[in-house]
Parts: sequence; structure tokens; C-alpha cells
Amino acid sequence: MKVKAVTLMEVCGTHTMAIARSGIKKLLPDSVRLISGPGCPVCVTAQKDIDLAIAIAKEKDVIMATFGDMIRVPGTKESLYSIKAQGKDVRVVYSCLDALQIALANPEKKVVFMGVGFETTSPTVALTLIEAKRRRADNFFVLSNFKLIFPALAALAGSRKIEIDGFICPGHVSVITGSIPYEKIAKNYKVPCVITGFDDNDILQGIKLLIGQINSGEQKVEIAYKRAVKRSGNTKARNILKAVFRPADSEWRGLGIIKKSGLALRKEFRCFDAEREFKVNLPKPRKPKGCICGEVLQGISSPVDCRLFKKACTPQSPIGPCMVSSEGTCAAYYKYGA
Amino acid sequence: MKKTITLAHGNGGRLMHELIESLRLKLSNKILDELSDAAELNVKKGRLSFSTDSYVVKPLFFPGGDIGKLAVCGTVNDISMKGAEPLFISLAFIVEEGFEFADFERIVQSIKKEAAKAGVSVVTGDIKVVEKGAAEGIYINTSGIGVINYPKSIGAKVKAAERIVINGPIAEHGMAILNAREKFGFGSKIKSDCRSLNREVGRCLLASKRISLMRDLTRGGLATVLNEIAHSSGLGIEVDEKDIPIRTDVRKMCDILGFDPLYVANEGKFVCFVDTKDALKVKKALGREAKIIGKVSSKHKREVYLNTAIGSQRILPMLEHDQLPRIC
Repeated sequence: MKVKAVTLMEVCGTHTMAIARSGIKKLLPDSVRLISGPGCPVCVTAQKDIDLAIAIAKEKDVIMATFGDMIRVPGTKESLYSIKAQGKDVRVVYSCLDALQIALANPEKKVVFMGVGFETTSPTVALTLIEAKRRRADNFFVLSNFKLIFPALAALAGSRKIEIDGFICPGHVSVITGSIPYEKIAKNYKVPCVITGFDDNDILQGIKLLIGQINSGEQKVEIAYKRAVKRSGNTKARNILKAVFRPADSEWRGLGIIKKSGLALRKEFRCFDAEREFKVNLPKPRKPKGCICGEVLQGISSPVDCRLFKKACTPQSPIGPCMVSSEGTCAAYYKYGA
Repeated sequence: MKKTITLAHGNGGRLMHELIESLRLKLSNKILDELSDAAELNVKKGRLSFSTDSYVVKPLFFPGGDIGKLAVCGTVNDISMKGAEPLFISLAFIVEEGFEFADFERIVQSIKKEAAKAGVSVVTGDIKVVEKGAAEGIYINTSGIGVINYPKSIGAKVKAAERIVINGPIAEHGMAILNAREKFGFGSKIKSDCRSLNREVGRCLLASKRISLMRDLTRGGLATVLNEIAHSSGLGIEVDEKDIPIRTDVRKMCDILGFDPLYVANEGKFVCFVDTKDALKVKKALGREAKIIGKVSSKHKREVYLNTAIGSQRILPMLEHDQLPRIC
């Protein structure tokens, strides 16, 4: 197949890892460049939000529960991992429901779930909050750092800093959202979108469909992951999400504040809002010197452009979040090579 | 009330003697029956292989085994990897006060069963009881002795072009334990592969006199073991992804949780490095599930490369940190 030089962005962190693991980049012609986007929820969480979680975790009688990858992300002064070593109660959970269980079992403590993730994760959190309300778990709180992928995609597609010829769209998120919201992005920004699965063959098919669209000058949404994704998505999950959360402005690492790209608790669920419950002092967020995670998350820079990469910043002692998360671009480059 | 182990079971008094006597009766053999402080062992001609390991596992009982079975298999396997026939093991317990007697009995039964299966005798032992909270349930240490009659020393450096044979599908123990511990409730039939490997190893040793190294794939899984071997030999290793056996349900559970099966623990799998000429013989000796998965290469130095299923190649690195489940 003859192609002009193209740049395709895989938005999802699971794609970044799958691409690195299968060695797909080495098989592609030089004219096809794959870059990673802001789809790793740990990586895009703003520094101030990490600092807030750490400060709350240090409060008296608090149990902080979060996903495994989150605890090692460095805040401005420390990480959840380092305060855990000092004796603070920080626990790794596999789902928000586990955190609710901890709250029900420890009524004398305040249990805070630090939630990150996209549309795949947030409906399960919404469901947990409905359950928490039913069980009157008044010692359970959620720190909502959930993000919505479409405002970020629009910001990237509209950015002048980088030229993206096509989006390899996240398969898991699309199971919930369906393909309809991508249609606006493809149309407004004239960029082809293909919703792609995570097997080697899925990803190759996604790339092939994108190149097909580029060569024929089309900009539409295709689903290369039909066994899981429907155009209408999962309405039930979205309704649950809508019942508990409303869109709110949110800060993304690297991308700054994007309008209506985050999720805030609705009035009826505000009693679970950890930000309202805890009034804490935060250090002034300081970006680690030399760290270019922000640029990496926008696809402007590659991890190998960073002077800290593999030197001061390694998975053992990470400086930026993209090295911490198992789905971070820097971690993928470190583990599997550029 | 449920009968539990108390501090009195470890204080040298009557209860401790009753407990030791009941253990002796269960694990009885001529040497153990003497109840001396140390065992006197008659060993056939050959070199000795000696190994020790401590066992801590959560949960204590899991699909496919328990801590007792694990404590026998683990040490039997370590001795076997030197090409030895395991003969004797020691058995030491550290038990937390309040541990249920019924569970203790179950563990001892399991030790008895696995020792009989592997053909090893428990010849000496010990039990200590610690205060509640000073340990978590029960810990076991076993040491073992075996005799080596293989003409060359196994575990010396591997050589370029040697083939790597694996005895069966990987990642079952780690995923079975995880599923049992975290109560994910995966309705799967995934069981730990925990088993004694001395018989399989014996068949390999008979099949080829050109085996240079054998290693069981415990913590850190296949990828970690291969990296350790590449580092110590100074040579490279190439493995073919498509030939590495993994059961579909195990692969799917890994996919869902975001784990790489190549780094997940096993308790009944090993790799055998053997001269190309004998690779097929060793594979045959190991049975249907065995596969030749790769080779030693002088092309790379101290690194492991994976030929991926779609025909690309990438480095298979050491694990940097614990594997953690994915977020989405």
C-alpha cells in the first residue's frame, strides 16, 4: 500500500503498551509514525490533585484508597507511597467498591477513594456512590479526578502545536461512549477516527483503516473493534454516570484546564465529595525540573527527547507520572525500547 | 469452641510433646521415628544437592494446593534443578497463636501426601509458636538433600545455540493465587500448577546427557529467569512468543487485569537448556505440554529478546516493580 507520511496518535495508554509489547512500530514503514496521547489516567492527573490526595491522606483518621499505579506518582514534596512508609494508611484497591467495603468495615475512620480514569472507570464509581447512599456510608468520600476523553481529543485535534492525521481511538472507553461522540471530532477537525481493540491484529487493522481513510481523503469514524463496541455504546452505564456526576472544568497535566472535561459530583451526592469534607493546605505545585511529561502527553515530544529519561528518571525512581504508570509512554519506552 | 494452637504447643511441655508425636505418626519413617535432635542419613554414592526455602503465602489454601504442598514441592524442585534425586527434607513451622488446629492438620496431611508423591522422607523438624500478631497464620521452612548422579554439573553456564525447553503452560500459580486472595470471583478453573518436578526432571536426565542448566520458574516468572540466565552467562536469549504455552483462560485473566503472563509466578514449571541435538528428545520426555520456546544466542549480550507473534522483535526486560492491575 502506498502511503504519504502520516502521524497517528493512539490515545489510550493500553494501546501504547500493546503497541510497544508487540513491536508493531518496527514493522511499519518509516512513513507511518505512531505517537502517544493523553490516555493514561494516572499521567494526566494534575500535580495539584496529587498534592491534594497526599494532604488528605495525612489527615487524622483517614484511610486513603486508590489504584495501584496512583500511589507512586510523585507529588510536589512526597508521594502516597512515601507517606505510607511513614505509617499513613494508604491502601491499593482494585475497584471503588472495595474502598466502600473498607468504609463500611471501619465506621470510625474516614475513607477516601482517590478516583482517576476515563468513561470506562467512572460508571463503576457512580454505581458505588449510589450504593454508598443507600447504605448511608457517611464516612465514605471520593476525590473526583475523573476525566472525559472527548474534550481532550478536541483540544488536541484543534491544537496548532501538533499535526495529527488520525486517531487510534480507545476501545474500552468506546464500549461505554459508543462511536457517536467521535463523529463530531472527525467532522469538525477533519481527522479520521478508528476505534480499535487491543490485540496485535486489532491494532494493525485500526492502522490500516486510518491509512485507507487518509489515502482516500475521508474523515469518518470506523469501528475496528466491533465485537465490543456499538455505535450507541452502553446507555445504561452512561445514565448511571449522569445521575451521579456532571461535567466540570478540569486541569490536565500538559494540556492545562480544558472546559467540561472532568466530572464533579451532583448536588445529591455532594456529601461524598472529599474536596468539600477536607480543608487542607497545599504546597505550591512545582513541576519537576527538566521533566517533559506534559509535552509527551500531547505527542509533541517523545520520551527519548527528555534529558532525565533513563538517567534520573527510571521506573525505580520516577520523576514524572509517565514513568510511573504501567501504561505511561515513558514506562513503555523504558521497558520495550523506543 | 474451635481447637487452636496455643503458646503451650511450643513451650516444651506436654502439649508440645503430644503435637510432635502426632506429627511423627503422620510423617513416620525410620529416621524420623528416632526423634533425635538431628537425623543420621545414609546416602548413596554421588554428589549432594542441598537447598532451603521459606514459605509464606496468602491465602494458605488455594485452588491446586496449599502452603504445605508448596513447602514440599518448592524444595524438591530446587534440589531437582541441580539434576539431583531428592531424598530427605526437613520441616520447620512457625505458627501464630490461635491458628486453627483443623487447618494445621490439613496442611500436615498435604505435606504427607506430597512427600509420598515425590518420594522424599521428612527426617527432621521443628515447631515454634509465636504470640498472636507476631506472625500471620503459619510459615513453613523446608530444607532438602538430594543425590546427583548426572555426569556433568548442571547449572554451569549455558552455551550459544542451546535450545530452551519448557515443560508446560505458564502463569497458572500466580493467577490462581491472585484470584483466591483478592476474591475477584473469576468463575474460572484456573488452578495453581504447584507440583513436584523430580520425576519430570529424572526423565530429562535420562533423555539427554547434554543438559547444561535447569531452572524452575517461580517468582518473577519466565521472563525473570531468562534474564537472570542471560546476565550470568553473558550471552543473549531469544524466545518465540507464539511457542510459549499459556492456557486461554489464564491469558484472558491476565489481559483483563493488565498483567503480563511472562512475569507471573509458577510453581510447577521449569526450563531446560539443552544441546540442539537433544532438544526434541527432552521435549518428548516431558510430555504433551512441553515446548521448545527459544535458544541461546551469541548475537545479543546479556539480554533477552522476544520474537513477537506478529513477526517483530523486542527486548524482554527484567521486571522493574511489582505488576499492578490496570485502571481501565
